[in-house]
Amino acid sequence: MSEPTTTPAAAPAAAPPDRGDPLRAVVLAGGLTFEREVSLSSGTQVWEELNRVGLDAELRDADADLLPGLAAARADAVFIALHGATGEDGSLRAVLDLAGVPYVGSPAAACRLAWDKPAAKGVVRSAGLTTPDWVALPHSTFRELGAGAVLDLIVARLGLPLMVKPASGGSALGAQKVARVEDLPAAMVSCFAYGDTVLVERFVDGVELALGVVDLGEGPQALPAVEITPESGVFDYTARYTPGLTEYHAPARVPDDVAARAAALAVEVHRVLGLADLSRTDAIVSPDGEVHFLEVNVSPGLTETSMYPMALEAAGHSLGDVLARLLTRRAATAR
Amino acid sequence: MASLPPGTSPGPGAHPHPAPRHPRLDPLADRYAARTHGMKTSEIRALFSVVSRPEVVSLAGGMPAVTALPLDAVGSMIGELVTGMGAQTLQYGSGQGDPRLRERICDVMALEGITDASPSEVVVTVGSQQGLDLVTRVFCDPGDVILAEGPSYVGALGVFEAAQARVRHVTMDDDGLVPEALEQALLECRAAGDRVKFLYTVPNFHNPAGVTLSEPRRQAVMEIADRYDLLVIEDNPYGLLGFDREPMRALRARDDQRVIYLGSFSKTFSPGLRVGWVLAPLAVREKLVLATEAQVLCPPSLTQYAVARYLDTQPWREQIKLFTELYRERRDATLESLEALMPAGTTWTHPDGGFYVWLKLPHGLDAKLMQPRAVNAHVAYVPGIGFYADGSGREHMRLSYCYPEPDQIREGVRRLARVVEAELELHATFDAVDTGTFRAVRGGTQVPGVDPFVGPANSDRYGDRG
Repeated sequence: MSEPTTTPAAAPAAAPPDRGDPLRAVVLAGGLTFEREVSLSSGTQVWEELNRVGLDAELRDADADLLPGLAAARADAVFIALHGATGEDGSLRAVLDLAGVPYVGSPAAACRLAWDKPAAKGVVRSAGLTTPDWVALPHSTFRELGAGAVLDLIVARLGLPLMVKPASGGSALGAQKVARVEDLPAAMVSCFAYGDTVLVERFVDGVELALGVVDLGEGPQALPAVEITPESGVFDYTARYTPGLTEYHAPARVPDDVAARAAALAVEVHRVLGLADLSRTDAIVSPDGEVHFLEVNVSPGLTETSMYPMALEAAGHSLGDVLARLLTRRAATAR
Repeated sequence: MASLPPGTSPGPGAHPHPAPRHPRLDPLADRYAARTHGMKTSEIRALFSVVSRPEVVSLAGGMPAVTALPLDAVGSMIGELVTGMGAQTLQYGSGQGDPRLRERICDVMALEGITDASPSEVVVTVGSQQGLDLVTRVFCDPGDVILAEGPSYVGALGVFEAAQARVRHVTMDDDGLVPEALEQALLECRAAGDRVKFLYTVPNFHNPAGVTLSEPRRQAVMEIADRYDLLVIEDNPYGLLGFDREPMRALRARDDQRVIYLGSFSKTFSPGLRVGWVLAPLAVREKLVLATEAQVLCPPSLTQYAVARYLDTQPWREQIKLFTELYRERRDATLESLEALMPAGTTWTHPDGGFYVWLKLPHGLDAKLMQPRAVNAHVAYVPGIGFYADGSGREHMRLSYCYPEPDQIREGVRRLARVVEAELELHATFDAVDTGTFRAVRGGTQVPGVDPFVGPANSDRYGDRG
């Protein structure tokens, strides 16, 4: 495992491209997923920040006008602030690859892997990292084998409480903690409304951490961990996006050795999944100090209440400067 | 060292003094009024953000079909109001509202049998929503009880919650509010020592239920109001939008002291102008005017003049006919598609005016939990739970047919039917599960012999290793 190093603080904002004009960036936000609202909020913040640091940034939705629009905009590079499918599952990135448009972030294949939470957990565990035991199953398995028998087996092997969540997607939509066995069937029903496959995980109690990683050209480096303490005890959609309902501490109030292990885990996750530029790993520190990988986001939330900007800030970076550097680097590589 | 420890100096080029971030992101978090505690971001709101996209058929919003208006004529009319009468139309006006408009409002109310109203009893408001807010502020203290149909208009519930009033729902059926249920509620409130301040009712083409209070029930409700000395707030934005018959006689036409009437031009002309009104007995009117002056000083002059000029110069009755013909087609498309496509066990109301169908899902389905599946299928509705103050309505949803074209409605209902079918399959899989028979857990919380908190995650006990 590579030893992560402290992120160097940002150099002055985006170096202007060769021709002397400000770099032209297109920020993609919106989309047709459950996370449209969050994405619009992330995208708006990114767009404002990029303009603030001197880029010529434009905000666009990812719809049927996107490809002609990108061609007309003659963008130097694209920043994808889309959350949920398309933006995170690699499909949009594959299209941008076809179109020869450079973008910030992980390549399509790596996104596809990270988007599939059970697959990503498998890779992470194979790399020797810790992640809660799990099983991922489609609705058809429960229907064909009998839901009672399958759930019985899951509880027998994974115990309680359990985390039940959609196998893909973010913002905690559809995720719930199940402490009582009688609540399990209803949790499955509400989770399957979000997608065809459910990820059932052994619940790990502990300190929740958001672990940002950024690569400014010298390899992936960990940002200070952000500790999350929701007032209600559950970091659900409301707790995420209503200021005042959750306490955030950056850097996290954990011992130095735990912070170091968490940082090492986030960088290793970034590396083994083949991610690029930026990622955010969500993890739990159990009372024994073990850091457990939960999932990784290739398009971390960048709203005013999101953890990734907090982590950048705690490292002495500004969001606009970092994103401008990433865009400039991608634009330069393409040229 | 993996990450910057606290107090580490940022390097060159970093922000020298980043503004300290409050751990809860909101330094004022502890200072808000108690009544704002319910103001939180919700998943429902998030799911609604896709509704505006053209790929989605929205049966959710109650937006009138304003493009059916003669937009050129309205445009030049409003232009003339500024160029010819700017000294009045761009100036402050009276808190009670423009006198000329109040006269015309009395003409409009006469269509529903209110022939004794005087312009001096009318207060013009910023939509009837502000009218309802004023009435609630004037009458309700925290803890007071308001009776309202179950379901009830979501915007009214928001006003009542802000006033910290308690809402008690009264059952309704295809003929509207059930008088026996109203009487029962009054008796129970009396027995419990609750102060009932008023009954809030939408008697015509109810939002969200789509039903209309029948003539015999109108008489019965007013008799009960008399007997129990009950004040009635009659909210009537849809009364002129009937498909098959003349407008019904308003509750206010039967009693000018016991009924406060809320009217609106949002559905008969334009919601963007935000012009509504309250018709109230003189003493109440006095308080409403003082309350509105404290809130907004006066309603906007320009839009009041626009409505008055529209009523003076445009064929507004014909325009309402045109609207209702359009809505009737859309209602027909909705009901026919529902009939043809919805799975057995689904029921719905059959509105003969207004904007809404109230649909009940097959037993056990939950419209809110089903919503992500509907968003995925690109169709939107409003889950029923929002129309109740007490958490009921989970099996219901509101469908609005006022905005989409008939073809879009048919496609939307097709998508919705598939969503309901998929949800039924899911329930068929999980509803019969008897967790009491599980071998490892007997109604308990933990598996014997397995540490429930930290799993041997690196063991090979379980999991689909990558």
